[in-house]
Amino acid sequence: MNLLSKQRRLPEAADQHHDPRAPISIHDMTVAYHRRPVLWDIDFAAEEGRLIGIVGPNGAGKSTLIKACLDLIPKASGSIRIYGKPYKKQRQLVGYVPQRESIDWEFPINALDVVTMGTYGKIPWCFPPRKKHRTAAYEALEKVGMAEYAHRQISRLSGGQQQRVFLARALVQDAQLYLMDEPFAGVDAATESAIIALLKDLKARGRTVLVVHHDLQTVKSYFDDVILLNMRIVASGPTATTFTEENLRKTYGGKLTLLVEAAEAIARGGQENR
Amino acid sequence: MIRGPVMLLVLPALVTVGVIATATFGGDELRRVLSLADYNTRIVVLGTTLLGAAAGLIGTFTYLRKRAMVADALAHATLPGIAAAFLIVGQKEIVPLLVGGAIAGTLGVLCVMGLRRIPRIHEDAAIGIVLSVFFGIGLILKSAATQLSMGDQAGLDRFIYGTTAGLIKQDAWLIGMTAVLILLTVLLLFKEFRLLCFDAAYARSLGRRVRVLDLLMMALVVITTVVGLQAVGLILVIALLIIPAAAARFWTDDLATMTWLSVEFGAASGFVGALISGSYANLPAGAVIVICAGVLFFFSMGFAPERGAVFAWWRRYALRRRIGRQHVLRALAEHEERYGNLATLPLARLQQTRSWRASELRTLIYRCRAADELTIDPSDNIRLTPTGRVRAHRLLRNHRLWELYLIRYADVAPTHVDRDADQIEHVLPASITVELERLLAEKQTAIPASPHPMGDVS
Ligand SMILES: Nc1ncnc2c1ncn2[C@@H]1O[C@H](COP(=O)(O)OP(=O)(O)OP(=O)(O)O)[C@@H](O)[C@H]1O
Ligand SMILES: [Mg+2]
Repeated sequence: MNLLSKQRRLPEAADQHHDPRAPISIHDMTVAYHRRPVLWDIDFAAEEGRLIGIVGPNGAGKSTLIKACLDLIPKASGSIRIYGKPYKKQRQLVGYVPQRESIDWEFPINALDVVTMGTYGKIPWCFPPRKKHRTAAYEALEKVGMAEYAHRQISRLSGGQQQRVFLARALVQDAQLYLMDEPFAGVDAATESAIIALLKDLKARGRTVLVVHHDLQTVKSYFDDVILLNMRIVASGPTATTFTEENLRKTYGGKLTLLVEAAEAIARGGQENR
Repeated sequence: MIRGPVMLLVLPALVTVGVIATATFGGDELRRVLSLADYNTRIVVLGTTLLGAAAGLIGTFTYLRKRAMVADALAHATLPGIAAAFLIVGQKEIVPLLVGGAIAGTLGVLCVMGLRRIPRIHEDAAIGIVLSVFFGIGLILKSAATQLSMGDQAGLDRFIYGTTAGLIKQDAWLIGMTAVLILLTVLLLFKEFRLLCFDAAYARSLGRRVRVLDLLMMALVVITTVVGLQAVGLILVIALLIIPAAAARFWTDDLATMTWLSVEFGAASGFVGALISGSYANLPAGAVIVICAGVLFFFSMGFAPERGAVFAWWRRYALRRRIGRQHVLRALAEHEERYGNLATLPLARLQQTRSWRASELRTLIYRCRAADELTIDPSDNIRLTPTGRVRAHRLLRNHRLWELYLIRYADVAPTHVDRDADQIEHVLPASITVELERLLAEKQTAIPASPHPMGDVS
């Protein structure tokens, strides 16, 4: 009984660490896949209305960070708040562009229907999408320059076009906070600048955008803030002061850091104890 | 692509074809069966048709969710439940047996879902394990039941192989109610099912309860399977869930259309299969129904427009031929441009301009000649006819304009270029065409030209 009531008080204790005005704040988060931690002690709070880049080497845990923010994978410890409340209560406020992973491109669906899915969050169960939802979807497709392809089956689009469709799906959600996993992957220079213009427009309208990004050349010109990630946050803050050579070396240099070894030792120890 | 009201005609058309085929090869029994005069026949045909429709409907979504083989494990997992129910109840009353089957089937599905969460066990392994272990237990229980009931084996065997002819009114009712239940669920949850099947992670990020939706879908599959056991048997019921959906996929890229087609394919297979097996008393109905579905599948695979193999092959062939002819004409036009209108081009030199095989080129020349575009003399010298000349020069001009367009408007080009269009004006606005014409005239000396210009003649 005593134990139970203690547990119930815990979330309140966690709330003290979160600024309710921050679009997203992460406190003391550790995430593990099958007992191997891939993110350690993540602490971060975003400021509203900024473009935030997440950079780090392959396997640094960037996708994992985004998935953890969306409750798509369980956390081993720590907590995340979206505008001061758990994600579960704030789903409407968050838009998500996944990495091109496990989409079934042969699925019988066209670009417009994919984008319309972005409105499903606002439609209750059992109701079909209506005209206004489809119009909104069409407008989002226009914004990313894909209106001509609205009725094309998605496997018949090029990689960059597919990417833009999924961006449109997030846009139509009309969220406050966007989490985008490599929206620039496989996109040509013209499209990239079109997307960046879109992101700046979102920012101008007070939205906050977190973008996983791989091209270090463009980080300075694209993002206001940057998170340098490699299993832990190496540094985070305004791009001008954070995106320094020294921090980059800490992020990308010598991948087999102590942390990796420690993680593997824990995994090994855990297995032996089983 | 199939769409619109045509879709309503698919089922009647298939049924008619099936009936005619049956009638053509049928025996004496036939007229009686075909007229559906017999009460039993009516029940059986109604039951299998509805079963096909129900399975085709829910099957679309299990197929797209890639859960079709889970349904196979499920079907096999019903056997221990049926046998156990028989041992407990001790009679052949159908409802308790089906309930037992449903419980065991559900357990089987849950086992597959649970096993899959263990790292290193992939879905196929989980399915194989559950399917065989449950079926094995089922066989043991069945033999116990057989011994207890003094060799009354057929009582349980019908669930394994199906005895369609034994369907009674009550069974048809059960199947009908299942079909209605599935129809209502799909109508209500079409949007959710679409989201779930397409992108489950995104569904979860929108706050849809993926687990609940998955369980609901599997529950509908369990019910379909269980009511279908007697008709087609647990070994073959999986076919009705997969084949109509897979066949429907060939005809359309739209989920609603595909679902509807799958229902029609399933219903048609059930209807025609039951008729055929009724007309030839010794054919096992379950098998015939599945074969009908298989015929539909292979027909779709071959002949569906766009995706069907035959049409795809034909389109490729026709395209090759058209492009080839255009190349021949263009080569001749370029040649004339250099050497005047009456210049003839030896076949051998024409062949050098492209990587043509001799036989291929001869076929192309033959076709052009048949269309009165060129003449070829006995020593293989080729010359354009007046008709061919008009066409060839138009092709050449179009080709050059497109090349210019690609260079001039590279930013928007890929979306607009249609080199195959008869005339560039048909695709592009007049102002752009005029602009390109001007550019072409300007640059006539330094034409970007085709990537395969005629070799210089020495
Ligand atoms: N489903 C999983 N099960 C086990 N380990 C995983 C899983 N997904 C990722 N990992 C591991 O977690 C670590 C972080 O992966 P993550 O996908 O977050 O990397 P990333 O930073 O997005 O890399 P990339 O730049 O290649 O996309 C990697 O070492 C990876 O091997
Ligand atoms: Mg990633």
